[in-house]
Formats: sequence, C-alpha cells, structure tokens
Amino acid sequence: MGHAPRFSLWSLARNALNHHADWPQQWRDAAPKPSYDAVIVGGGGHGLATAYYLAKQHGLGRVAVLERGWIGGGNTGRNTTIVRSNYLWDESAHLYEHALKIWENLSDELNFNVMFSQRGVMNLAHNLHDLRELSRRAHANRLNGIDCEILTREEVAAFCPGLDVSASRRFPIMGATLQRRGGTARHDAVAWGYARAADALGVDIVQNCEVTGIRRDARGVVGLDTTRGSIQARKVGLVAAGHSSVLAAMAGFRLPVQSHPLQAFVSEPLKPVVSCVVMSNAVHGYISQSDKGELVIGAGIDAFNSYAQRGSHPVIEDTAAAIVELFPQFSRVKLMRMWGGIVDVCPDASPIIGKTPVPGLFINCGWGTGGFKATPGSGHVFAATIAKGEPHPLAAPFALDRFSTGALIDEHGAAAVAH
Amino acid sequence: MLLIRCPYCGDRDEIEFAYGGQAHLARPAPPAAQSDAEWGAYLFLRDNPKGVFLERWMHAQGCRRWFNVARHTVTHEILAIYPMGTPMPDVALIAHQARGLMGGAR
Repeated sequence: MGHAPRFSLWSLARNALNHHADWPQQWRDAAPKPSYDAVIVGGGGHGLATAYYLAKQHGLGRVAVLERGWIGGGNTGRNTTIVRSNYLWDESAHLYEHALKIWENLSDELNFNVMFSQRGVMNLAHNLHDLRELSRRAHANRLNGIDCEILTREEVAAFCPGLDVSASRRFPIMGATLQRRGGTARHDAVAWGYARAADALGVDIVQNCEVTGIRRDARGVVGLDTTRGSIQARKVGLVAAGHSSVLAAMAGFRLPVQSHPLQAFVSEPLKPVVSCVVMSNAVHGYISQSDKGELVIGAGIDAFNSYAQRGSHPVIEDTAAAIVELFPQFSRVKLMRMWGGIVDVCPDASPIIGKTPVPGLFINCGWGTGGFKATPGSGHVFAATIAKGEPHPLAAPFALDRFSTGALIDEHGAAAVAH
Repeated sequence: MLLIRCPYCGDRDEIEFAYGGQAHLARPAPPAAQSDAEWGAYLFLRDNPKGVFLERWMHAQGCRRWFNVARHTVTHEILAIYPMGTPMPDVALIAHQARGLMGGAR
C-alpha cells in the first residue's frame, strides 16, 4: 500500500476546500506477522519512538509495535504535556537535554506538527530552602549547558502576571528558576506523528494485541505469545510503563518499580491567562494552559499501588488547593475532566533503560511521573540499545544493575511533584 | 477514596492512613554476609502484582498502629485485614474468595 503523503501548505489548503472529507489513512492498522527482527511491547510515545528510530537510524527492516489497547491511549494521552530538561545530576541532565534537543526539531523531522511550544517552565521557590535548592539545580544545569535562569519575585510577576506574588500569601513566592526552552507539546500528536513516520518506514503498528507470555530458550528470548497469536523475535523491547512489572514477571525477573495512579484534570476553557508552565514543589502542583484555553493541572501520585486508571479524591482536592494558592482568581473556575494513568515509579525517581537478565530482552520503564518530556530521547537511546545489544552511552547509567551496585541517580528533587 | 477498617478504631477514610508498601519483607541476616545482588533485592525489588497485593497501612491520624491489608490493585477492594506479625496468608485463596464475592454480587 502507498504511504500517507507529506503534509504541506498545499495539502492543507486542498483538504480545507474539500471540508477535510478525504484525508487518507495516516498509518496502517497492521495485523501481526509470524516473525520480526525486533518487537516493541507498548504503543505509547516511547515505544513508537523506539520503533521509529530502529527503522530510521538502525536499518531494521522488520519491526513491530504491539499495543494492547490503542496507540497513545495510556500515559501518553494522560499526562500534562510538560517538556523540560532541568534535572540535577549529570546523567539525567544529559538524557533529558538530549530529548529536548530532539523536541526542538521534531515537527520537521516527523512532518507532523507536535505543537511544541517553548513557553518557558518556571519552578517556584516559597522559602529559603527552596531558593537554595533551586539555585543549586540552576547552576548544575548551566554547568551542563542547559539554559536556566534564577528569577527574583518581581521578575516572576513580570514573566507570569497571573501569579499572586504578594508577601501576604500563606506560601509567599520568593523567586523561581526559569527554563525558557522548556514548555509543552501536544501529547496525542507525538504518538500519532511517530506512528505515521514509523509506519512510512515499514514498521507494523499492531493494536488490540496484548502480550500474554514471553518465550525463551537457553540463548534468550525467542518470541511472544499474544492475544493475536505467537510472534517470533530475537530482540524484544518492553516499553509498557505501569504494566512493566507484569511483563517482567512473564520473563521471570522482578523490577524495583511500583505502579501508582497519577491524576490530572483540566478546567473549562478560559482566555489566555497562564503564559508559561508554573510548577511548585512546595505547594504541590503544576499548571499550564492548553491552546484551547483549558487549565491543565496535575500533582503527585496516589500513595497506594494500583493498576486502575483512577485515584482518590483527596489528591484532586489538595492539587486544586495548591493551584488556588498560586492563582487565587481560579477559585471559581469549573473543572471539566479528571483522569488517572498508571505510572511506574522507581526508588530513585529515574528511569530504567537497558538490558534485562534475559538475553535479547530489553526494558525501558520506571519513568514514573515524568516520562512524556523524554519521549524522543528515550526512544532514540533505547533503539540504539536494542539495535547494538549494548547500552547507548546516555542510557548506560540507567541500567537495571544500578540497584545492586548502588549507583542510584536520585532525582526526587527535580522530579517530585514536577513533571 | 478507600474506606479502610482499622482493626483498632473501625472504618475510617483513607486520608487518615499512611501507606507502607509491600508487607512481609524480611531483612536478611547478617547483612554483611549478603551479596550486592541479594542486598539490592532486599532494598529495592518489590512485588507489584496486578491483582491481590499484601501491603502495610498505618492509622497515622488515629491510633498510629500498623496493620496488614490484602487489597486488589485493580478493583481497590480490601479483601482481608490482619495484624502485623501474622504469617503471610494464602494470596491465591484470597483471590479465589474475592472472585466468588464479586460473582455473587452480580
């Protein structure tokens, strides 16, 4: 079959005149073949990006992405779309900055508008400790070549005029850090853009295909059992976020991750009022405004383990209270939708990328509450890891064995509430 | 929100409790005799079942006592509550009884 033609001003104009009635299908709804060179389990942004880079940069001809539901229907479509790279430690800073650099050209590369908007990400400080911690992180970022500015209270007010910076607040704003290159992207478009581009390179995107078993012999992984039949593959990448432990159990090993609900919600659409991304670890919330005008709001995980894509109401209440502390004028804004995703949280708030105890079986998980921002970089380094059989240099510190060597990458400060 | 029956105080809202993660973790002894892999497994590897999970809760805003709970991680249904220090119950049996309960309810 022919692949979807490239988008252009001409194609947009022609389809507009035709009331958008005959856009072609943008990717095939593939049926699984009996065998592949590499199979990616999980059709979220990370999995689709991995498949795209396997085909694009490593020349693997027969690649499939297996998704048990529909692509982008898990955490890719459930996050608050924040993109930034202001992490503390060198390992994370390099990894997330790698992703941010890919974001900056992603729409061009995929010929698909992922609506990446570098509107700036501001992390607020509400006390002296926050100021010290944030300035430490800002300096660490700058030493790693990542843009990060330290703002005074007056500069915060000028950059985001809606914020209440008055000293009489219960948690007064004393300053902030600002990463101007950070911002937001359209989450669905990331999944669709990678799916379309991967499909054009011959990747089979197989939906409604749940993995039920991982088959192995003495040499390593040999294939998968799925709800749509058995598939042979000597290279398998698990990119299943909250369900990573379930897949690991099928392959006979355990992970240090715990699955938790992470909730988010959006308000009714408003006129433009929040010009950037505002995050606060101290009052425990973050907010941005979508292009439709909805306030997009999130906070921390529900404490208990869960595989249900829903959480408890007190978390929503606490999050709303945090946002009203920052923006008192939002106290009567109506919320339209709330939802939850299942995030796989690691003890050190850093991901796991690399080999597993089973040869040929690779894993990319543990992104916890903040994986969306890393999507392109995660896929890029994971594809290299799968193709070469050895970790990409940026992925190497994130190997599973760090939980026995002790070389943890503790990013709770950069990742805690922040996403 | 979960409604949790504290064995000492009765039914209370989830917000009164602190979560303690997986129950029945035994600290290997002596620690110095463990390999890095064994010690790392004790520190970091955890069960994360999609199904019945044996976990610890503490009634933080009440009696401040710990207890164990068997809870289903998809339905959030609390299937058993039992004191700290009691042997690990049969998860398969609890899961089987839960299926019976849920089938009966329909």
